[in-house]
Amino acid sequence: MKRIVDRRSFLKLAGAATALAAGGCAGFGSQAKARVVVIGAGFGGATAAKYIRMWDPGIEVIVVERESGFVSCPMSNLVLGGSKSMDELRRGYDGLRRHGVQVVADQATGVDAAKRVVRLARGGDLAYDRLIVSPGIDFLFNDIQGFQAAMDAGTVLHAWKAGPQTVALRKQLEGMRDGGVYVLSIPLAPYRCPPGPYERASQVASYFKKAKPRSKVLVLDANPDVTSKGPLFKRAWAELYPGMLEYRGGAKAIGVDARSNTLKLENEDVKGDVLNVLPPQRAGDIAVQAGLITANNRWCGVDWRSMESVAVKGVHVLGDATLSAPLMPKSASMANQQAKTCAAAVVALVNGRQPDPEPKIVNTCYSYVSDNEVIHVASVHHWNEKEKTLTTVPGSGGVSAARNELEAKYAWSWAQNIWNDAFA
Amino acid sequence: MRLAFVCAALAVPVIASAQELPVGGQLAASCAMCHGTGGRSAGGNEPLAGMPKEELIRKFTEFRSGAKPATVMHQIAKGYTDPQLNLIAEYFSAQKK
Repeated sequence: MKRIVDRRSFLKLAGAATALAAGGCAGFGSQAKARVVVIGAGFGGATAAKYIRMWDPGIEVIVVERESGFVSCPMSNLVLGGSKSMDELRRGYDGLRRHGVQVVADQATGVDAAKRVVRLARGGDLAYDRLIVSPGIDFLFNDIQGFQAAMDAGTVLHAWKAGPQTVALRKQLEGMRDGGVYVLSIPLAPYRCPPGPYERASQVASYFKKAKPRSKVLVLDANPDVTSKGPLFKRAWAELYPGMLEYRGGAKAIGVDARSNTLKLENEDVKGDVLNVLPPQRAGDIAVQAGLITANNRWCGVDWRSMESVAVKGVHVLGDATLSAPLMPKSASMANQQAKTCAAAVVALVNGRQPDPEPKIVNTCYSYVSDNEVIHVASVHHWNEKEKTLTTVPGSGGVSAARNELEAKYAWSWAQNIWNDAFA
Repeated sequence: MRLAFVCAALAVPVIASAQELPVGGQLAASCAMCHGTGGRSAGGNEPLAGMPKEELIRKFTEFRSGAKPATVMHQIAKGYTDPQLNLIAEYFSAQKK
């Protein structure tokens, strides 16, 4: 902590943030050829930081992260189902430090793209040559009347960012009476992790089947139908949780009444014992402050060959915050892949080369429909010069033939490897 | 004191000079989310680091044709051309296990 304060004091004292940016601190004996600042050490930001250092140790990389550690959203539904613990989802930032990444525990509050400076909550500016913004999502709480107050009171949760709310929602499920109703409300796409809500419904049903067999899972989806792996989820629900899990499409939540545990839909009110509401989402707050939002007041448009913002030069955006290309999910896998496209482009640009004009990236999303059976969706995306975006490679990709136990092994291995790929 | 910190913080990059991505490195990096950074898997999914190039190409093409049964690799393999596969195989075969 003292180191960080000292560093900031120095930057302030020098009053030379832009000089640092341009000269890479050359005046003080360093030969770092450029400084890259990364906002957010999630799947996107941490992976990009590590790969830039792996591919060019001559680049200084500073990550700004407000959380003291990482908690994985993927696999967090298994904590709700009871087959995994929170500790299995956690990673620290020491692995990044071993790659020579500097990790600053602070929150970025603004970006001055003209001066190439990131403003930090605790004071001080951080100059950059290139900036990578990987902020994840924030919620449009006001779209669900009464939600924010109910969440602040701890009665209605989203648990769509893994952490304290994951633990609290599990407690609500454990405390629910047998015969109670768990209501899961899903917003219109696009939202973080398309199959995630359906996996969550499956996990809660899996828990009820063992612990509270008279209980119900009611899925109220604003979308007309299941948005990902629909036939596979529906078959699993019919065969594993008959009479327990009910799915309704076209059911959009507009409000909650925490006192009566009621979810308000457009045409009716639905009561439940545990209400779990996923509000509509947009790119994380810093993307708004940095002027990176380009679509529907929600998402950040990027050039998929470099992940550079189409709105602000020298700033790259990763992960769920981006305006997704066709058939591209907001997933950890995609953030991981985009991070590498970005890292390669940043290394190329810093060294005076052009980024790869034809990047190719892969998505693989696993969903647990019970504690030991998994289904996947996969896709391969390449640059489409005609459409100037990434599109799926014809003939590639697909879903599992059927739910199976072998892919539970592969899914857990995916988690270990993608966590290591970012943090080890 | 302040100067000392700044220089210490920047000491690591001093060693480095211009570095090229290894050939195939950017393409092969896609595999790492399931097979580990550099193909060094934490277990479960097959490690690719240090696998002979011919073996990598054979397995991948058998996934692509359907000759080798798979859960997901047949779907991913269909997204890659032979020259791309060649670069990826070259990269992983050169990685330390």
